[in-house]
Amino acid sequence: MSETVAVPAQMAATAAAGEASSAGPVVSATDLTRRYGEGDTAVDALRGVSLDVPKGQLTAVMGPSGSGKSTLMHILAGLDKPTSGEVAIDGTAISKLNDSDLTKLRRRHIGFIFQFFNLLPMLTAEENILLPLSIAGAKPDRPWVDELLDRIGLADRRTHRPAELSGGQQQRVAIGRALVSKPTIVFADEPTGNLDSTTSGEILEVMRSSVDSYGQTTVMVTHDARAAAIADRILFLDDGLIVKELGRSDAHEVISVLEDIAAR
Amino acid sequence: MIKVALKGLAGRKLRASLSAFAIILGVAMVSGTFVLTDTMNGAFDSIITQSYKNADVVVSGKTAFDTDSNGNTVQPPSFPESVLAKIKALPDVNAAAGSLTDDKTKLVGRDGKVVAKGGAPNLAFSVDPGGDQRFNPLEVTAGTWPEGPNQVAIDSGTASKQHYAVGDTIGIQSRGPVQTFHVAGIVKLPGVSIGGATMSVFDIPTAQKLFHRAGKLDVIRVQAKSGVSTPQLLAEIKPLLPATVQATDVAAQVKKGVSFTSFIKYFLLAFAGIALFVGSFVIANTLSITIAQRVREFATLRTLGATRRQILKAVVIEAFVVGALGSVVGLFLGLGLAKGLNALFKVIGFDLPTAGTIFATRTIIVSLLVGIVITLVASLRPALRATRVPPIAAVREGATLPPGRFARLMPILALITLALGILLLGYGVLGHGLSTANRLVSLGFGVVLLFFGVSSNAARLVRPLASILGWPATRIGGAAGVLARDNTMRNTKRTASTASALMIGLALVTFVAILGQGIRTSFESAVDQLLKGNYALTATDTFTPLAVSAENQLAKAPNLTTISGVRAGSARIYGSTDNLTGADKNLAKVIHLDWKEGSTAVPAQLGMDGAFVDHKFAKKHHLTLGSPIKVTTPSNHTFTVHVKGVFKLPNGGSPFGSVTISNALFDKNYPSPENEMVFVNVRGGITDANTRILDQQVKGFADAKIQTSAQFKKNFERPINKILILLYVLLLLSVIVSLFGIVNTLVLTVFERTREIGMLRAVGMTRRQTRSMIRHESIVTALIGGVLGMAVGVFLALLVTHALSSEGIVFAVPWTSLVIFVVATILVGVLASIFPARRAARLNVLEALQYE
Repeated sequence: MSETVAVPAQMAATAAAGEASSAGPVVSATDLTRRYGEGDTAVDALRGVSLDVPKGQLTAVMGPSGSGKSTLMHILAGLDKPTSGEVAIDGTAISKLNDSDLTKLRRRHIGFIFQFFNLLPMLTAEENILLPLSIAGAKPDRPWVDELLDRIGLADRRTHRPAELSGGQQQRVAIGRALVSKPTIVFADEPTGNLDSTTSGEILEVMRSSVDSYGQTTVMVTHDARAAAIADRILFLDDGLIVKELGRSDAHEVISVLEDIAAR
Repeated sequence: MIKVALKGLAGRKLRASLSAFAIILGVAMVSGTFVLTDTMNGAFDSIITQSYKNADVVVSGKTAFDTDSNGNTVQPPSFPESVLAKIKALPDVNAAAGSLTDDKTKLVGRDGKVVAKGGAPNLAFSVDPGGDQRFNPLEVTAGTWPEGPNQVAIDSGTASKQHYAVGDTIGIQSRGPVQTFHVAGIVKLPGVSIGGATMSVFDIPTAQKLFHRAGKLDVIRVQAKSGVSTPQLLAEIKPLLPATVQATDVAAQVKKGVSFTSFIKYFLLAFAGIALFVGSFVIANTLSITIAQRVREFATLRTLGATRRQILKAVVIEAFVVGALGSVVGLFLGLGLAKGLNALFKVIGFDLPTAGTIFATRTIIVSLLVGIVITLVASLRPALRATRVPPIAAVREGATLPPGRFARLMPILALITLALGILLLGYGVLGHGLSTANRLVSLGFGVVLLFFGVSSNAARLVRPLASILGWPATRIGGAAGVLARDNTMRNTKRTASTASALMIGLALVTFVAILGQGIRTSFESAVDQLLKGNYALTATDTFTPLAVSAENQLAKAPNLTTISGVRAGSARIYGSTDNLTGADKNLAKVIHLDWKEGSTAVPAQLGMDGAFVDHKFAKKHHLTLGSPIKVTTPSNHTFTVHVKGVFKLPNGGSPFGSVTISNALFDKNYPSPENEMVFVNVRGGITDANTRILDQQVKGFADAKIQTSAQFKKNFERPINKILILLYVLLLLSVIVSLFGIVNTLVLTVFERTREIGMLRAVGMTRRQTRSMIRHESIVTALIGGVLGMAVGVFLALLVTHALSSEGIVFAVPWTSLVIFVVATILVGVLASIFPARRAARLNVLEALQYE
């Protein structure tokens, strides 16, 4: 489990794909490339990435800045389009979807957690959490919402506005918002990137518990080794390719892999 | 989603109310116009209803036409009072009473001048003091009805304004010099203020003598016995009447009402339209900025599953609420504005009757609708751009609004719009054989397109303009001034749209100023060309016609060598109501005319069947020497005159109507002839002594004034200046709206640059410098709008003066006015910056630096 053998990216991806297909992958990507710009100034952010995200797991994507990890997440979440390759979410290939179908897919299948929380300042904590439901025109399931508020530890803060909440509390609200519609998958983009270490720990606990208690499939992009340590599976990206994959690991193992990558 | 939009709006109260301001003033103008004109109409209706109270049938003289060429009601000819006795004798008549009315009998104030100013009517009536007053609309508030040759009752407005009480003496001028009367009573029309008009009331014999209508009546009011229908009564009365007298059903008469305020209404609504047009620019711009600042929010909503349509809806709902709130405030502000407009009209001498304020349902519906619809239309483009925010912007730092779908076509579209606007204007101005309606439509659309065109191309002009217009700022403001100038160049589109709102107002102001100058110049040259006489006798306001008795009095002046009155009246000529003037045989000695046919001897040779016309009228009706012209007077006299001369009409106009006959013929056909002006030559020309002698001679005429030829020229320009002032004040509304536009942009810019301002303060910029930076940015933006506006205004004026050159209007630039406009533009910039600059200077440096 803690082996740090360098596996060629292509192999690791294939292995992951094979493993996930038995568990039913919720997101699968094949041969993703993403090129920014044209001609001499073109930058290849992704150079052929395939992966499957198995159901009920927390997958962390790590890598140095510029490795393409954020691009990968944006493409997996349907926020960005790959230059080539395909992404399927819950079995639906998304590259051909038009804007309105993609929006519907987002409503049903995707939750987001952002580095800068992206809460609406004029709404209360509870209103922010319920926002995806009200956008979709769905009625909130009260017991579920109450349980969720309890779980993220905001039961007594539901009427506060973001400006009246600490950073950690704001990110809890964001987690609640991502979970409220029980999406097929939650994408978290550097969820602890804007928080101090104590608060980061609390947030990671909440995220982990959502995977354990509800089987919430989650993909998290992070450069924080402690964050990666709560994942069931860690993918390492470098220069647009998956260069390594780990199972559950502790922070030290993660850091040494990162150092290996940096040393190459 | 609706809730999100509303809560978002509530969270941005300042920004929301700033945008609402853009619409408030325009809507207030719409609502104020309706309230004012409704109130005036209501007053007129109530005056008409009251003046026919208890009457079923009214008998009066027949006129050939109801209104003269200047839009004034024609006084019907009077008829013998014997008609009254015949009507009274009818078995179905319950009551009948005769009375006289006159509009040339004036009350003279304590200053020796006519009380009613600026064309307000001088109303005079007769009353039967012994009668039962059932038909009398007036009410005595003090004293009694006048009885006897020296008694008068006056209206309560004059009594209080001029401090007259029962028992005082007051001057009355009718056909001759001022006579003194005793005030027997004070009267009023219940429930109505008659505005600037005055009323004088006499008993019937006094009125007959004063109005020069011995043995005659103007009106008989008849009440039917109960059970007798009006048509039946009419049928009985009609056979008793002479051919020149008519009987009309009062109910039908009242129903006709008056609608002469419709001109005022459309005139004012045009300015409301301009203010709303400017407001729509401001709203579109403000919304664009706020939407650009909320890119992250929209993107987040998209990641949470919001569709483009939902984003569109959210923005449109926001605009709807802003529009609705602004419209409601504007609607009620209109009530106050109506009073302001009325006061404005009073100042320029247009004091109309008012009664209780009328706030009609139509006013509410139209005002709200107009305000909301315009806000929604203005919000459409920014709202559509908001829908183009991609979800990925939620995770990008400093994400900006993506370009619109047609962004690449925009520069071309902008040029096409501009070209199309210019083409339409050119077509409207220069096109041959266009109907007036087509011409106006083409001009209207042309101007609107021109404004859109200039505003959408303005972004490209911002850099060069800002570097020139910002130069003084960099000199005066130092570092702050340099930053200010560079800030205006930062987002050229934003600066351009902000400046465009002001551009519209200034373009129209400049246009008006140039046109006014053109009219003034051409008028001056006409007077210089025509006037040979030393002095002119006119009404104190220079325009109202004067009774002939004043001329007769002046003729007795010892120093006089020539006197020549120009009579003025209306007549029906070639099927339309036109001005008919009368000329004296000495005309050639005081007025120089260029004769195309005939000679300077023509005026002296008109006799009882001759006429002269101007060359345009001659051309229009193919008149040559000897051509007959049929003339019908208001009181239905018809006679034929023959052309004896054709003069070249100067560009700036002449004192003469389309057709001029001899004064002798005029006086024979018009019952109370009047002069529009009388020209005089005296021994020794214009001297103080001569002026004194002439003044002394007409001292008894409160409504008359002696003017030297130079004064005459100057006084004739006064109405042009008054109209210019009126137009400036009304256009000021649009300028104020654009001022709010600048405030909006600056406030939003300060929000946006909070961190930057914090940084500047941290590296040593003082509060004072911060304020000066914002102020200079505001001034430079305003100047860009002002300069563009003046350029557009000059262009429009060039086109229009060219089109009107045949009417004698020349293109003349009023440089002083333009300098004043530049100063005013700078002032707008300074005013607009006060609030945003204060906010910027107050920012806490530390907080500002941490501001996200």
